[in-house]
Amino acid sequence: MSQAWLPLATLATSLLVVPLIFALPERAWRVRTVLNLSAALLKVVLVGLMVWGLYQGESYRFSFTVVRGVDFLFQVDALGLMFAGLSSLLWLATTVYAIGYLEDSPNRKRFFGFFSLCVASTVGIALAGNLFTFLLFYELLTLSTYPLVVHRGYAKALDAGTVYLRYTLTGGLMLLLGVVALHVMVGDVTFGEREMLADLGPGAHGLLTVLFLILLVGLGVKAALVPLHGWLPRAMVAPAPVSALLHAVAVVKAGAFGIVRLVYDVYGISLTYELGLLTLLAIIATLTILFGSMRALAQQELKPRLAYSTISQVSYIVLGISLFGPFGTIAGLVHLMHQGLMKVTLFYCAGNYAEELGIHRIDELDGAGRRMPLTSIAFTVGALGMIGLPPVAGFISKWYLGMGAVEANMPWVIAVLVASSLLNSAYFLPIVYRLWFRPGPAHGVGEWPAERRTGRFEISGWLLWPTCSTAVLSILAGLLAGLPFSPLDLASFVTAEEYLP
Amino acid sequence: MIARLGLLTPPATQPDALGTVLLVLVTPLVMGALAAIWRPRRGWPIAALALLPLASLMVLSQEVLASGGQAWLIELGTLTLHWRANGLTLLLLWLTQVVTLASVAYAPAYLRVEIGDQGEQRWLWPLQGLLLSSLSLIWLAADLLSLYIGLELMGLTAVGLMLLPGKVEALVAGMRYLLLALVGSLAFLLGVALLLGAWARLDLGGLAMAAEEGMVLWVAVALLSAGLLLKAAAFPLHAWLAPVHGSAWTPVSALHAALVVKGSFFIALQLWLVLVPAAHIAAWLVGAMGGGAVVWGGLLAWRATKLKDVVAWSTVSQLGYLLLGFSLMIGTAPQVAEVAWEGTWLQLVAHSLAKAGMFLATGNLIFSTGESHVKGLAGASCRMPLSLLSFGIASISLIGLPPSAGFTAKWLLLHAALEAGYWLWLAVLALGTLLGAAYIFRVFRYSFVEDAEPPEARRVPWSMELLALGLAMASLLLGLVAEWPLTLLRTAGGGA
Repeated sequence: MSQAWLPLATLATSLLVVPLIFALPERAWRVRTVLNLSAALLKVVLVGLMVWGLYQGESYRFSFTVVRGVDFLFQVDALGLMFAGLSSLLWLATTVYAIGYLEDSPNRKRFFGFFSLCVASTVGIALAGNLFTFLLFYELLTLSTYPLVVHRGYAKALDAGTVYLRYTLTGGLMLLLGVVALHVMVGDVTFGEREMLADLGPGAHGLLTVLFLILLVGLGVKAALVPLHGWLPRAMVAPAPVSALLHAVAVVKAGAFGIVRLVYDVYGISLTYELGLLTLLAIIATLTILFGSMRALAQQELKPRLAYSTISQVSYIVLGISLFGPFGTIAGLVHLMHQGLMKVTLFYCAGNYAEELGIHRIDELDGAGRRMPLTSIAFTVGALGMIGLPPVAGFISKWYLGMGAVEANMPWVIAVLVASSLLNSAYFLPIVYRLWFRPGPAHGVGEWPAERRTGRFEISGWLLWPTCSTAVLSILAGLLAGLPFSPLDLASFVTAEEYLP
Repeated sequence: MIARLGLLTPPATQPDALGTVLLVLVTPLVMGALAAIWRPRRGWPIAALALLPLASLMVLSQEVLASGGQAWLIELGTLTLHWRANGLTLLLLWLTQVVTLASVAYAPAYLRVEIGDQGEQRWLWPLQGLLLSSLSLIWLAADLLSLYIGLELMGLTAVGLMLLPGKVEALVAGMRYLLLALVGSLAFLLGVALLLGAWARLDLGGLAMAAEEGMVLWVAVALLSAGLLLKAAAFPLHAWLAPVHGSAWTPVSALHAALVVKGSFFIALQLWLVLVPAAHIAAWLVGAMGGGAVVWGGLLAWRATKLKDVVAWSTVSQLGYLLLGFSLMIGTAPQVAEVAWEGTWLQLVAHSLAKAGMFLATGNLIFSTGESHVKGLAGASCRMPLSLLSFGIASISLIGLPPSAGFTAKWLLLHAALEAGYWLWLAVLALGTLLGAAYIFRVFRYSFVEDAEPPEARRVPWSMELLALGLAMASLLLGLVAEWPLTLLRTAGGGA
């Protein structure tokens, strides 16, 4: 049986909040908080219901015709649900975090309005059932994140916003051209009907390759693939919760998710392999991974280092899907979730250090573990996960990536993994070392740049609890990877659909 | 294509719906005259009374839809007027009524708070009524005489509306506009005279059959097109557009940009489809003019320092998309022409709604901040005024980002251009999108400046806010339900 209301209601939870928030006066922060939190909670429940239903074999579908031959289509599949689940969980956490972070700052109404719109777009991207619908929400995401990037309103933020728009709008345009061209060739491209393009025969292969590249450029801008990554480090001027969301689930992840869709659900893995595009993807991913890590190593400030680390980490997803075989697929998909959890934790921590102690540079972090133990533990968990140490979730990703490389008979990928892990250690471990083992202001050496006492604990609870919970989730995702409903289980579910006839 | 225009519909034997058509044409005149006597001070009486023309249009729609397109012959002594109504006519009539209604309802509060006692306010109402009637006549007309009457009335009314503020700049701009309108009309009239002399008939359906390729036809088409494209502010005949808006009243600007320029475009496209339906090289040239308009208009809007100029130049750019339609509809394969046909009309509707909404929102912003320059918006988003939101929503459609009607129209035009293999047009559409984003986000960039002196803000009356928002939202949401207007286009004699 097909239920149309559930995906629609999921979208509506965050979409309908937007006009309500805009209608409320700026000072009504209590109502706004209640509204935000209840919508976020409701969405987690609704996505949970859909996950449950999907395991029961239910299908959810909603469509109507926009113009002749073009449908707006919501279609729930396991891959989309993974992304929707990630976005709804992290929306909840980030909403809590943002309420604490932006306390007493101006323009909160504008912030939360566009924040909800941004999350609505990611849900739309997750549930989109064809390229047209995907494109719709992909562009909406660009629009809704611009006000968040320039939120602070000073010249640097405005410049970053302009650069961001230049990249993303051009990328969106490429995507539009590619989608229209596919549409002229084969009509509406519903995700999962990959025979459509394969059936065109070898005569169309040249054109399909060109279109793939056009679409890849369109998606690669958001996924920050080198050399299309220029906007990402600059966008760091946004407030911490925005950076967290941008890196963990919204923009960067939307691009990566789009590439997953493109390879598995539009072209199909076999066709992509046949066209020789998987190798190209693997090369781009490798370059991006190594380049991102190198640049991260060179950064002296915490947030830019995390930003370059994102560029590198997101490409693990692309690397995973470029390995032909189930293990590579599992690795790519599971990293989509794991990277989100770990990266959001790291950004929360960076925000906490900046908010409570005024720390922006890495060399100011000496001894912060004593002053802010929970935040520092969370940071350590995230960092170790990024390096790929068990039992944190990142280990699972790297393990499957390695197995995928063996399976796809691409042993050089393992060398890339080793190199990248070493680089990850090289830029994360010194931070962890500073946190715990270097004497700092907490030991009576020097002073914090700008200390504030914002709460009863080491920092205000609004900021602390989201940090801790995502850190715990990153460990649980690794420890309990074998249980049903874990990210790994979902990823295996998707992969089984892809490779079994 | 002629069938799509509804020109092949045989005239009704019993003129049953003629009364309704006349009602649609006359009601705005009467209401305008009444409003000149009892001048409205509030928006709501207008909204209530506007149900009258809307109701008559509703009846007409039902009659036309039931019969699948209608045509009328009206004998006036020795003259015979040909009128017709099909899905396209209805779509344009509805659009005209909705946009005019919004701008008329905007006027009372606008005059009260912004204009005070200046200018010839009494004349605003009958002129708006006359404009609505003349536009309706243009949509309905199926012969050159009716078209000429409609065109001339529309042009003169528009001049009159421009003159209303009574200031020197307004008079200068209005007189310049009058001169242009007269030159345009003269060229049009010469073209009509040539056609009349050669084939001794003025009805479009008949001319489509009778006209033969040749020097006369080409000179006539050139004269007609030159006159019309001048009035439609088509590139490179666009330079008059922005100065005209500079001193005009906001609701007048909205009407002009949204509807008046479209009237000339509609006539031009119709004449080409009737007279030279296979002239694909000439049509390609018009398309190239459109391409130039998209790029040049976008650049002008990008460089403009005044808010109203940004909006006005963006009209030039947007009209370029419509001109691209010429090259995609004339002398191309049927499947290309079909997609381009739908894309062009959707673009027209999208632009009308978005541009009217944007002009009203711009008026609100200028009123609220007291600044007419783009820079004056610095920090405007702090208070998140509704007008800025309306401006933003309307601009989504102008840039052509989803889910707006502008996006869906662009999708269709891209589709047609790809299918026809016009690669250059893809580049034009892409460049237009980027330039659109550039000039719109330049405005928004200023609005997000935080460290500027927060501007003194005047409260904008609710009716003005809501009307701007309503039009903008309509242009946004129409993109998702674009199938409705397009179905209307296909039904009632437009589907063949």
